[in-house]
Amino acid sequence: MRTRTRSSLLATGALVLAVLAAGCGSSTDDKPLAADELRGSTIVVASHDSWAMSDDVMAKFTEQTGIKVKIATNGDAGALTNKLVLTKDDPIADGVYGIDNTFATRAIDEDVLTQYAPLVSPAAIAPFRLEGQTKSFLTPVDYSDVCFNVDDAWFAENKVTPPATLDDLVLPKYKGLTVVPGASTSSPGLAFLLATIGAYGEDGWKGYWQKLLDNEVKIDAGWSDAYEVDFSAGGGKGDRPIVLSYSSSPPFTIPEGGTKPTTSALLDTCFRQVEYAGVLKGAKNPIGMQKFIDFMIGDDFQAALPDNMFVYPVNTAIKLPAGWAEYAPTAKKPISVPAADITKNRTAWLRDWRDLTTR
Amino acid sequence: MPRRSLLATAALAAVPLAVLGAFFLYPVAGMIGRGFWPDGSFDPGSVLEVLGRDRVHRVLWFTVWTAGLATLLAVVLGVPVAFALHRIRFRGQGFLRTLIVVPFVMPTVVAGVAFRQLIASSGPLGGLHLDGTPTAIVAALVFFNVSVVVRTVGSFWEGLDRRTEEAAAALGAPPLRVFATITLPALFPVIASAASVVFLFCSTSFGIVLTLGGLRYANVETEIYQLTTQELDLQAAAALSVLQIVVITGLLAFSYRVRRNAPAVSRAAGRLRRPGLHDVPVLVWSAVVIGLLVTPLLTLAHGSLRVDGRWSLDNYRALQTTGDDNALLVTATSALVRSFEVAVQAAGLALVLGTLVAFLVSRRPRSRWTRRASGLFDGIFMLPLGVSAVTLGFGFLITLDSPPLDLRTSSLLLPIAQAMVALPLVVRTVAPVLASIDPRQREAAASLGAGPLRVALTVDVPHAWRALVAATGFAFAVSLGEFGATSFLARDDAPTLPVVIFRLIGRPGAENFGMALAGSVVLAIATGVAMLLVDKVRAGAVGAF
Repeated sequence: MRTRTRSSLLATGALVLAVLAAGCGSSTDDKPLAADELRGSTIVVASHDSWAMSDDVMAKFTEQTGIKVKIATNGDAGALTNKLVLTKDDPIADGVYGIDNTFATRAIDEDVLTQYAPLVSPAAIAPFRLEGQTKSFLTPVDYSDVCFNVDDAWFAENKVTPPATLDDLVLPKYKGLTVVPGASTSSPGLAFLLATIGAYGEDGWKGYWQKLLDNEVKIDAGWSDAYEVDFSAGGGKGDRPIVLSYSSSPPFTIPEGGTKPTTSALLDTCFRQVEYAGVLKGAKNPIGMQKFIDFMIGDDFQAALPDNMFVYPVNTAIKLPAGWAEYAPTAKKPISVPAADITKNRTAWLRDWRDLTTR
Repeated sequence: MPRRSLLATAALAAVPLAVLGAFFLYPVAGMIGRGFWPDGSFDPGSVLEVLGRDRVHRVLWFTVWTAGLATLLAVVLGVPVAFALHRIRFRGQGFLRTLIVVPFVMPTVVAGVAFRQLIASSGPLGGLHLDGTPTAIVAALVFFNVSVVVRTVGSFWEGLDRRTEEAAAALGAPPLRVFATITLPALFPVIASAASVVFLFCSTSFGIVLTLGGLRYANVETEIYQLTTQELDLQAAAALSVLQIVVITGLLAFSYRVRRNAPAVSRAAGRLRRPGLHDVPVLVWSAVVIGLLVTPLLTLAHGSLRVDGRWSLDNYRALQTTGDDNALLVTATSALVRSFEVAVQAAGLALVLGTLVAFLVSRRPRSRWTRRASGLFDGIFMLPLGVSAVTLGFGFLITLDSPPLDLRTSSLLLPIAQAMVALPLVVRTVAPVLASIDPRQREAAASLGAGPLRVALTVDVPHAWRALVAATGFAFAVSLGEFGATSFLARDDAPTLPVVIFRLIGRPGAENFGMALAGSVVLAIATGVAMLLVDKVRAGAVGAF
């Protein structure tokens, strides 16, 4: 009997230990690297899954500074921010790239970042900066406009005038033609929800969504489901000619041997997403990350952004690739919602939205 | 019982327990702990408050009814197929047995896309208007899990003693009556066990509900994901996780109970007979079911071979590149190589741990107490089947950050996480075979002076080596397609193929989408080949629970 209890004690002991250990965690604090130790050091940059950058550009940074960059991708912008919040006592990286204006103030409020503002920064960047106190925590790197795209070929074929504004989308003639990714599962979806809040106000957005639902809008989980399965000009050749995507999507629909895209973006329906980079509190190599932020707003990195990540460089003086200027113009007057309001109300808005759409 | 052997048993049990504790229980406990101790003070009230929310009730109800319906359908569809593939003999049977397992080991995200292509209003089944309905979700759940029923029931049925049935038939009972009065009661424990496992898989499915549910529908798993990643509402996530664990523990206990009452699998399978005329309905039924299973796979293959409306292999050639506009950080082929590496490591780890567990739980317990302990031990290792991958992934991040377990950035994290997922499958494959060994053989060996190790080597291993090989292959295939836990771990510059496919799906450009389809086909073939090799070993019950 005594021996029997021994084996069970071992087993329960292991479990108890596991549960106890989960309650307390300690981390060893390494001293941050000093400026003269940077050559040969590495920085880890936490990013979202859409990170892409050509090897040549990254090699240039390593050449200039002697610092190697390791990218760790962590889901979408929301998941990335929340991961950083969860692990702030012992950060998973030195810096972050890809927190956007819908999550920026949450990261700052949660005390995830340290202040850093590049000494040299092109004047063109200023309008993209965050407001007031929060400005020095995050440096804007690029922006994109989340807008509706229409399949011009479909509308020409069916002899229907394409819509132009958010108001148009609830008209009976566009019944069952629209597909959007959901606000709670995708970042463009959240941007569209914010666009409706910006356009129709705190009191009006639910009414607008109700009309959209009555007009048989289809809500998918992610951008890819919407664009690649349901959109009539996407990879899956779906049956809905109106989709929520980006202002930079049309150039991708230029057919083989053609010169013009078969789709266009509705520039009056856009919400602007700005993506930022920042240094994490408790980073092992903060100076290395600062140097990388300087590099990200430099010409080489900025010029490579459109082709690699389908976004526009914040330095608007940079020349865009062929086709972009013509077929992927940005919105003149994007709809916006102040970043602090977003942080304050995001959860409530999303819950209301979910209750409205998931009947 | 000699004291030494008991100590040895305890030592053996400690190894897998320690690993499971460190890489599963500890991270999950850490994540749930954050929910219960929000600001360092214990606050269970707010967790309980979550369970009163209307939305939570809706989510729970949806989870239960979809999983229940899918389970019922999987049983109704699967049992006749089990008969066709395991009780009668025809050409190409081995291939079909393998084919039906492919859905089970496919990455859910890939299957989700294949399904959506099939039922989207522009797809071949568009006329049924299934897209975005609960029907589509249930259909996909059935698609994934039919093979569990077929294999579990089939492998048992194969070894079922035919003499009782033959006697009943000789006494003049018509085939249906024989089935209803003799076969079905004998199969019942196995069907119940398979059903409870299927229910467990269905109620914790993540990728399917996320891709097919649009947003109208959420189950407990996707809700935990939402609450954790988007809202950072850890209390609500913890409440749901705890609820999930409670339900799963109940299910596992039930499954264990019915399994225990089932007679041991006889390894000497009876000779299979050629199909006769009266088997036609069952064969037609099976053909229809297998047809339904193959359709999404064919849609995938068809899509991968079409470029701009003509047949082409360009999508496959593209796998050697990083995609259109450098959509990927590495080429898809190098991701495949990485997938293989991880799968080999994960399968190796799962095999070592799983064999230890199987060895321990398959010993005939001598007293009620040891039987209880053995059941508990068995159950603990089944837990990874039903704990949210999100909880585990995030748990890794917040708990494995200090020595000696500073693994957050280690390349070993991925194989370890996948081994945890594959572990229950290994245990379920190996344990029945070990349990079916006549204990008298071991006793004879021991009385002739063989030590416990020698007994294991001369009695257990010769009996069980096929099952071990098979379990390894199975763990390998599962790991190759694993997406849930993998997607929540911080991925460095060496992603696996399922992750790459998911990324490609999320990028604009028809080339990237075609490449994703091609990658999915490659993955499906790789897992299929792994399963085919497993079946070649004729191990019996792989993929059976």
